[in-house]
Amino acid sequence: MSPAPRPYTLVAELTYACPLHCVYCSNPVDFARHRDVLDTATWRRVLREAERLGVVQVNFTGGEPLLRPDLEALVEEARALDLYTNLITSGLPLERARLERLRRLGLDNVQVSIQDARPAESDRIAGREAFHRKLEVARWVKELGFPLTVNTVLHRENLDRAGEVIALAEELHADRLELANTQYLGWALLNRQTLLPTPAQIESARSVAVAARKRLEGRMEVVFVVPDYYVEFPPACMDGWGRRFMVVSPDGLLLPCLLAHTLPGLSFGNVRDQSVDELWTSSPGLAAFRGESWMPEPCRSCARRSIDFGGCRCQAFHLTGNAGATDPACSLSPDHALVEAARADAARAAPRLVSFKYRSARAPAAG
Amino acid sequence: MIPPAARPSLAAKARLRFDHASGGYMLLYPERGLALNPTAASILKLCNGELTVDAIVERLQGEYTDRPAPELRQDVLEFLEEMVRRGLLQVPA
Repeated sequence: MSPAPRPYTLVAELTYACPLHCVYCSNPVDFARHRDVLDTATWRRVLREAERLGVVQVNFTGGEPLLRPDLEALVEEARALDLYTNLITSGLPLERARLERLRRLGLDNVQVSIQDARPAESDRIAGREAFHRKLEVARWVKELGFPLTVNTVLHRENLDRAGEVIALAEELHADRLELANTQYLGWALLNRQTLLPTPAQIESARSVAVAARKRLEGRMEVVFVVPDYYVEFPPACMDGWGRRFMVVSPDGLLLPCLLAHTLPGLSFGNVRDQSVDELWTSSPGLAAFRGESWMPEPCRSCARRSIDFGGCRCQAFHLTGNAGATDPACSLSPDHALVEAARADAARAAPRLVSFKYRSARAPAAG
Repeated sequence: MIPPAARPSLAAKARLRFDHASGGYMLLYPERGLALNPTAASILKLCNGELTVDAIVERLQGEYTDRPAPELRQDVLEFLEEMVRRGLLQVPA
């Protein structure tokens, strides 16, 4: 078993509840099953134990973390521990006075999601009216002196407007813009046929982003994340399994990533029963894919195994049925044809009438 | 080029934190962090928006007495420029 390395970032998923219904939500499709959320005292303890273990940053996320009335208490605890605190939010529901309170408590950064540069298109993806409210919240963030991150998830419908998204982020004086292409897991996998872009779309948006990065250097950081389906080798998902990131789910599972609890046969302990330290070092689920000993060929003898750690375990499982397989996004994977087929399908540029499956608490029908 | 009378300060999104695990300082910002070597940490601690570049170099000269002044100034300026380029340091005009 590989020894547990030092974690740097805690992803604190405070709730799976959310006012939006985004068609690519990274929460599990059966999120409604995880209803039994941690209380304030347990979250405080998680923060303290994570910090003791080496964590220096915490992302408060969800679902929508603003739905937790104890968000202030958790920000206060995190700042008392001198953690860098980042609030990852849809911007709803939020009053300016609450944001001011969070500012006074020392919250370091606010990340607001914006689904598209245009109101109707943005609201269509979110499954409700939210666009104008989000812009208002983003303006408050800057007026109150916070740094602002704008995050826009890219896909077939909005990739051609990457330039408009950049212009909007500039207008909002964002300090950082994340142009994050959809990763096809969870809800996004259900909607893959509708969301997966053509290679030409990716290429064109990428060159727009590269030009903007250069032009805005020192003012706004522009991050462009290519979808795994369009790379030769997969990225290091979460920087490696159980390596630098720890995720605590709303119901208290200590996970290596947002979706690891959707993989069958892995057991992840709960922070209600054990300390963060114990779970990080000895949870069987974390040990399962830590290090290199689990790797099959072609990973096992691949020079890139210490760069990409075999890619994404969830993608491997959801595409091949085997969480221990080489990520099929990798061009060397024996299952790469699965990704090639999805790409070929997306490349047929003819418009298709496929309706979205919006995120909801009712599990969607298969297929 | 950062003028000698400029008063650099950390960008709003960046924060210095002492790291008890390594015994050094880290510069934290959204989704990222830099582990700083002792010299980089000494420089950034002085970037408080009040000290000029000249004053920062002067203070460091006291700490790094074995370094020739022009060389030290050059190193500090290069480091500050790199931090500005990364959007982690601001230098008000």
